Amino acid sequence: MSEELLKIDDLHVAFSTRRGMVEAVRGVTLAVQSGEMLGLVGESGSGKSVTGFATTRLLDAAGRVIGGKILFRGQDVTKLRGDDLRQLQGAAMSMIFQNPRAALNPIRTIGLQIADAILTHKRISKEAARAEALDLLRAVQIRDPEARMSAYPHELSGGMCQRVMIAIAISCNPSLLIADEPTTGLDVTTQKVVMDLLADIAAARGMATILITHDLGLAARYCRRIAVMERGRIVEEADPRRLFSAPQHAYTRRLVAASPTATSRIEDLVTEEEREAYAAVVSKPRTEVAHGTPPLLEVRKLAKRFDQGSAAVADFSMTMAGGESVGLVGESGSGKSTTSRMICRLIDPSEGDIVFDGQSIGHIASRDFHGSPFRKDIQMVFQDPNESLNPRYSAFDCIAHPLMRLDGMRAGDALRKRVEECAQRVGLPLDLLPRFPHQLSGGQKARVGIARAIACRPRLLVLDEPTAALDVSVQAVVLQLLDRLRRENDIALLFVSHDLNVVRMLCDRTIVLRNGGIVEQGESRALFDNPKTDYTRKLVEAIPHIQTGPVLAVAL
Amino acid sequence: MTGGLGATMVRAGRRLLSSLPALFGVLVFTFLLMRVLPGDPAVFFASGPNAGKEEIEQIRKQMGLNKPVPEQLVYYLSDIGHGNLGRSMMTGQPVLKDLRERLPASLELTFTALLIALIAAVPLGVVAALRPGSIVDHGVRLFCALGVCVPTFVSGLLLIYVFYYLLGLAPDPTGRIDVFTSLPPQRTGFLSIDFLLAGDVEGWWAACKQLILPAVSMALFVIAPLARITRASMLVSLGSDFVRTARSVGLSWHKVVVTYALRNAILPVITIAGIVFSTMLGANVLVEKVFSWPGVASYALDALLSSDYAPVQGFVLLMASLFVLVNLLVDVCYGIADPRVSVE
Repeated sequence: MSEELLKIDDLHVAFSTRRGMVEAVRGVTLAVQSGEMLGLVGESGSGKSVTGFATTRLLDAAGRVIGGKILFRGQDVTKLRGDDLRQLQGAAMSMIFQNPRAALNPIRTIGLQIADAILTHKRISKEAARAEALDLLRAVQIRDPEARMSAYPHELSGGMCQRVMIAIAISCNPSLLIADEPTTGLDVTTQKVVMDLLADIAAARGMATILITHDLGLAARYCRRIAVMERGRIVEEADPRRLFSAPQHAYTRRLVAASPTATSRIEDLVTEEEREAYAAVVSKPRTEVAHGTPPLLEVRKLAKRFDQGSAAVADFSMTMAGGESVGLVGESGSGKSTTSRMICRLIDPSEGDIVFDGQSIGHIASRDFHGSPFRKDIQMVFQDPNESLNPRYSAFDCIAHPLMRLDGMRAGDALRKRVEECAQRVGLPLDLLPRFPHQLSGGQKARVGIARAIACRPRLLVLDEPTAALDVSVQAVVLQLLDRLRRENDIALLFVSHDLNVVRMLCDRTIVLRNGGIVEQGESRALFDNPKTDYTRKLVEAIPHIQTGPVLAVAL
Repeated sequence: MTGGLGATMVRAGRRLLSSLPALFGVLVFTFLLMRVLPGDPAVFFASGPNAGKEEIEQIRKQMGLNKPVPEQLVYYLSDIGHGNLGRSMMTGQPVLKDLRERLPASLELTFTALLIALIAAVPLGVVAALRPGSIVDHGVRLFCALGVCVPTFVSGLLLIYVFYYLLGLAPDPTGRIDVFTSLPPQRTGFLSIDFLLAGDVEGWWAACKQLILPAVSMALFVIAPLARITRASMLVSLGSDFVRTARSVGLSWHKVVVTYALRNAILPVITIAGIVFSTMLGANVLVEKVFSWPGVASYALDALLSSDYAPVQGFVLLMASLFVLVNLLVDVCYGIADPRVSVE
């Protein structure tokens, strides 16, 4: 049973870059038994994907294995050439990828793409291959498989595309499947369905699986054994229970702490040593809003219809008090981003009213809103810190821009002071200010985005998935920063996210959206602990949970 | 996918309608431009250099040039509406007839040149993209640079010098066919096709030999943009996720490169080919002159030099309509080649 299917021995992989050779994997040793599911966890840049690509021989031209062995059934994969290699790829081991839609050929029907894979390794007729492809579509539980055979990838949802990708990967019954972030970018509910399917298929066919992910919770849910990677090395390898209850390595401890769980609070997201500074902020009591204060934001019967389609958002009403934080959750297509953009006055609502600080702002056309005095009161932080910063603006310019446009400040000492003050508020080192976005890390860019949004001292900050593109440890820091801004500056936060764990920690209240309508709303903790609707329950149950120490002790 | 095709047709129809105002604009603009340019057709067509003032006045009145320009424009537009492009002073024939006689020659030359260019450029671009930075890649780049640097009339003359004068392989560069070959019955107007339809292989070979040098010299000029765009989009395609997927299941090299990478990479090449074709149609006047090719471009140039309004206006209208048609064709091709287009 415990026959070793794959054995990676002291693997080194280097990439040639403009700055010379950079070693991405530095001595990874790993073994996979046949039939087991191994989790390979780490943050971006840890070399986990590179290890996977080296194993399947899909490293791009710049990458090279410079040391070590990858033994698959005793055969060194790194030395295979030509036909031997093609025999291996697909037939013996295969891979599924992040971003399933891009991973499929956009101008070839999915039936043909699956058949391509089958015909590569089996000498059968095209009709037989087509029939097998149809069976595979059934196996991955695609509805109406006959019709889907002639569909193109763009006609399918992300989850469907990933199922097709799984069908392609398992088409020739490989004994090893490497799944590289297979569900990143999918909704939590879809994520669960796809991962369950993958686990079932792997179990039914006795396939060994390596699950490469940044999500500890996901790995913990599906894997018996987890290897944690940091900067090209494996720092710890254990079963999930041991890993979470008693992490040995300092990096694992930090990673475990930063992964939000069902019970964690924002202050828990860092290791105990780092917790001190933050505790002081949290302990300060919040000033209670006096009775009878009008709400900061009141939204009444908001609706948005895009041309000729059905309503993206319909009958959406909510209120927010100053300094309050409200979460807006739902699956993709639920209208949460559309709603947040209407409130931000980036797009015009079709119906309804938005009242901010007692004044109606819903009727001001979004393209004129930059002239409104309320523009600086309502600011936005966008999802992708890479895309939302002007690549030709330095960090300083990014933060100074709204000050000059909205506060009418001129270049000079006063402006410099304000920008530096903002940078300090978000914990951005001042020596990074002259840098351009591509010279900053993801977390630093996120801070610039937040500093830019708070530069004009807004009263309402709308955040559209601000941490979705960030590693968990960076996410932890950003979340703490947001929470502190709210507590210290009384900024109200409207937090749009699909990550329920994050919303639960950060937001006082939560609104659950589905198909453009409100399904449920209420106090975050109560709502998540005791969901009233099936939809919310499904969302909550889909979150992969980490079993932590005390819980485990009871279970044992 | 009949639905996709239908949607493409609807889109194409809409495109055609929306280009009508542009065509009208071209008409009016060319008309006005011709009146502004120096040169008086009446003086030009007066019987001799010593024609009297009265005689010139007479001709001018006869041609309607004494009327105010807006009135001339109205007459012109109504003529166009009736399908009358006017009469060429130069040949004495209706412009429509002249163009109809000469257009197939130009089209045959341009199509052949584009075909040669595509056949050469796509493989060159693919080979260069498969090994970026290699000697092959640099070789292709050098070849493309040379093709662009050398003007078509120079490369045309060089080709004549080498293949006609030195090697004697090519026939003398005097039009579409030598005077001794009898013409086939006209069906398509494309000599190479008409000969084939008539079953005259010898005549077909003679026509092809006449065609090959001018077509190659035109093709040389447009290989560069086509090869470069093929290389660039092939590089993107080869680096894309779906090619990685194809490699991950062990598809053969041929399948990965041709079916997966190239079919996706060819989409932008179609667009560029359409643009290149339109440019070639208008710009092949130099090649037509060098090879005495009886095409529309050299006809228009001659008319322009002799201030013969009607042929020039007719030529510009023809070019604009062809441009619209070619773009339409590209649109339809794109809709068929890329299933995503018809949805958006």
